[in-house]
Amino acid sequence: MSDTPYALSEDAIAVQRGPEPGGLGGAYRTFGATLRGLRTTLGRLAEKPPTIQYPEEKTPVYPRFRGRHKLHKFEDSDLEKCVGCSLCVAACPAECIRVVAAENTPDNQVSAGERYAAVYEINMTRCIFCGYCEVACPFDAITMGNDYEMADYERSDLIFTKEMLLAEPVERTPLRREGE
Amino acid sequence: MALLAQAAPVLETTLVQIAKALVIFAFIFAVVPLLTVLERKLIGRFQSRLGPNRVGPRGIMQPLADALKLVSKEQSAPVTAVPWMMALAPVIIVGSAVATLAIVPFGPQGAWGGDLGLYGIDVPIALLYFFAFGSLAFYAFMLGGWASGSKYSFLGAMRSAAQLISYEVAIGLSLLGVAMTAGSLSLVDIVEAQGSGDGEFGMWFIIPQFVGFLIFMVAGFAEIARAPFDLPEGDAEIVGGYNTEFGGMRFGSFLLAEYIEIISLSGVATACFLGGWHGPGPEALAPLWVLLKIFAFILVFIWIRATLPRLRYDQLMSLGWKVLLPLATLNVLITAILLVVI
Repeated sequence: MSDTPYALSEDAIAVQRGPEPGGLGGAYRTFGATLRGLRTTLGRLAEKPPTIQYPEEKTPVYPRFRGRHKLHKFEDSDLEKCVGCSLCVAACPAECIRVVAAENTPDNQVSAGERYAAVYEINMTRCIFCGYCEVACPFDAITMGNDYEMADYERSDLIFTKEMLLAEPVERTPLRREGE
Repeated sequence: MALLAQAAPVLETTLVQIAKALVIFAFIFAVVPLLTVLERKLIGRFQSRLGPNRVGPRGIMQPLADALKLVSKEQSAPVTAVPWMMALAPVIIVGSAVATLAIVPFGPQGAWGGDLGLYGIDVPIALLYFFAFGSLAFYAFMLGGWASGSKYSFLGAMRSAAQLISYEVAIGLSLLGVAMTAGSLSLVDIVEAQGSGDGEFGMWFIIPQFVGFLIFMVAGFAEIARAPFDLPEGDAEIVGGYNTEFGGMRFGSFLLAEYIEIISLSGVATACFLGGWHGPGPEALAPLWVLLKIFAFILVFIWIRATLPRLRYDQLMSLGWKVLLPLATLNVLITAILLVVI
């Protein structure tokens, strides 16, 4: 660094440069780089590929992963938790939830409250999986599940009805273990 | 009857020749599909991928699916094309590639009893034969590109021809050192010269001709248009080239020829530099050694392909003419001087 025409400050960094092109240095640069490249690929050969073979093998999701919604029932009385208050509809930024409430009657007691959701639809083509509906719900009737494989051929098939949201998913998404 | 008895020895040698040709041909056509899947699997692993693994166990049936796809495809040609020439080009390239295999020696005469030589033919000018058929292969490139009647195919063909001619010189000179040391152009004689003859310690030519070996390998990669010299194909950035207008099995033939050329080039390299059939064990094991050495070369071909990026066209030309050609000439000169002095 002493061959610079000006004084260097103390925090000057010495830059290591490779040999210039041409001549012996250039030959070293070319062949050295080639050999290093060959060593790199040979190293990969010894490793196991990190590929996850998706449809057969799934990446586990975190427990807080926001996937397909679930509607819940009380485990003891088998009554729906949802009382049709439409707070989730108000909270939804994508406006993908539709709720039509109806009165519970003694011979048709669907939910634990006065009213229940006669229609509860979520349009999955619009849903942005923000989880605001979960936050807005005063009864924890709707929560975000872990399933993300919802691709389908028809848009109309992606409007999930109350029955679909109440049902358990057909295939469970693997969950990450604690600390994984 | 007397005439038949007279003709018997000739007939017998002819039959043996035909049998040898069929065996070599059948063997190669059994190996090539495996080679394609091996290459794809290995390149995958070299690049931290899995490679094909859907058809059959671990993707081993992949070539079958590929071949089926190619065979069932339509043969289309542009209106400006010359159809019969387009049909001829794949025939020439596969023919020349297979013909080169005939001279690859798999074992000495009499290794498996009798006076049966374990090679297709032992031509006294094997190296010239090798170059001749190598040159014939790029007539197929030229013909294919020109007969396509497409200017891009034609440009691709010109590009290929320029590359192949440039490297033809270097590959020829690189083998000259071997031919001078062995004192013969026949591959069988060259292999014999590397063995331990009458109590004499045999030395593989890769040691005295190491520079020649490197030049042969580099130029060989360019000759058979393999990565990093695969500019004739240039599948990523220059849209094929001479084979742009080809489809179906005609296109497949070019691929097939490439793999046969890999085998034949590896065979010639084995014979010229790695001591051919020489190896420990009884003489009957000779073909095994040759096959192992060829396989090692093939692995190197795949390894290089998985590693090195394609050269730019001007780099390709300057490497061929400014580095390989002077180096090869120097190698021949020094070999000649050493041979005279020692």
